[in-house]
Amino acid sequence: MHRHPPVSDSAPAAVVVEDLHKRFGDLEVLKGVSLTAREGDVITLIGSSGSGKSTLLRCINMLEIPDDGRVVIGGEAIALKKTRRGATVPADTRQVERIRTSLGMVFQSFNLWTHMTILENVIEAPVHVLGVPKAEAVDRARMLLDKVGILAKADSYPVQLSGGQQQRAAIARALAMQPKVMLFDEPTSALDPELVGEVLRVIRQLADEGNTMILVTHEMGFAREVASKVVFLHQGRIEEEGSPDKVLTDPDSDRVRQFLSRHLSGAA
Amino acid sequence: MNWQLMWDSLPRMLGGLSLTLQLIVGSLALGALVAFGVALLRLSGNRVVETLAAAYVFVFRGTPLLVQIFLVYYGLGQFEFIRESILWPFLREPYWCAILALTLNTGAYTSEVLRGAILSVPQGQVEAARACGMSRALAFRRIVLPVAIRQMLPAYGNEVILMVKATSLASTITLMEVTGIARRMIAQTFAVFELFIVAGAIYLVLNFVATRLIKFAEWRLTPYLRARA
Repeated sequence: MHRHPPVSDSAPAAVVVEDLHKRFGDLEVLKGVSLTAREGDVITLIGSSGSGKSTLLRCINMLEIPDDGRVVIGGEAIALKKTRRGATVPADTRQVERIRTSLGMVFQSFNLWTHMTILENVIEAPVHVLGVPKAEAVDRARMLLDKVGILAKADSYPVQLSGGQQQRAAIARALAMQPKVMLFDEPTSALDPELVGEVLRVIRQLADEGNTMILVTHEMGFAREVASKVVFLHQGRIEEEGSPDKVLTDPDSDRVRQFLSRHLSGAA
Repeated sequence: MNWQLMWDSLPRMLGGLSLTLQLIVGSLALGALVAFGVALLRLSGNRVVETLAAAYVFVFRGTPLLVQIFLVYYGLGQFEFIRESILWPFLREPYWCAILALTLNTGAYTSEVLRGAILSVPQGQVEAARACGMSRALAFRRIVLPVAIRQMLPAYGNEVILMVKATSLASTITLMEVTGIARRMIAQTFAVFELFIVAGAIYLVLNFVATRLIKFAEWRLTPYLRARA
């Protein structure tokens, strides 16, 4: 069976999360989470719904602003400050916007821009955020669309594509920014079962190419194959983390064991 | 029914068409600018600014357009600072008073249509834009506004139709647009029925053209909706 090669502890850290706290109103979703993704790491975040895994992912690119803790991307800490009312906000929105260009995000619900063709979706940010010349962006977009297998749909609109095709287009859109880290937020959860495979194939290929990725997923078999590290979250804390073989077959925690017995039964 | 009179009145009545069209196009264009600004103010996040913008919308949607036209035309000149301002050469002209009142009126309605359209843009698409490093302004310009404008077109078409008809109120402040000319001819001929039918038919044709234009704009701007079929 396919396995991700272990990543050396001396590889440079791509993403470091330190003691992250996030609350929504009275609900504390993250209660002090620390995590390091080294270059070449593929980290899968698993856990039951409400465990905080999506929130953790969204804090990495500041789609959610953590209340406390630090996020360091490629050695650069994202500067946060407190407002007078006690809310935490980015100290420098420009810094956040610049750092986001190095983090590709793939959403559960694709979030393609519906008024643009697939090709336009893919070149939009390179052209308007990075200032890449349009011809160059188009060439690169076509290459990426070919890579994810939907070059034939370049001039179609998102509504004309199946969910699996839309998600692959969204992956191409994220890759077009040549990000240092890819973030996947349950990329197959909104898909019909027969469309899951085509998206997972693309993600697996990216993992094989050595891309650094953090992904939230419910696909345990897939997590075991692509991950260099599996992190299990429970009620806003890391319950257990380690190699996929350890966490997914012989976990120390009873909670992880229960979770796996529920999620692996039925999944062949 | 005096068909000959109706037919003969047509050229004179159409003489007011140019003025009617100026009022329509002028107030719609300026009203769109006002609407854009007011919609942004209403979504600015600043409580004071939002309240002021909401008050403007409340007043101009909540009072009759005819009253607004009278207030601008008869009312503004009572204030000395307006008579002495550089705007007075404009504001003493019924033409500009009509444009101003129509602009402020349509601006209030259209700002609400636009605000609703902006709010209806799916949050996920905005998030995707921010996630690739777009600033708020860039995401607004490239993603939110194009989607919002496409979504507001059907409702805006309604507003255009209302404005075409609303320009007839300008006749109450001496403007000789289509309705103004009709009223003057009626005063001379007492042919109320015939002449208002001619005037009404002219508005009907104008609105036929307006609805076609809006339909065409919708068709041109939403290839992604056509594509679904």
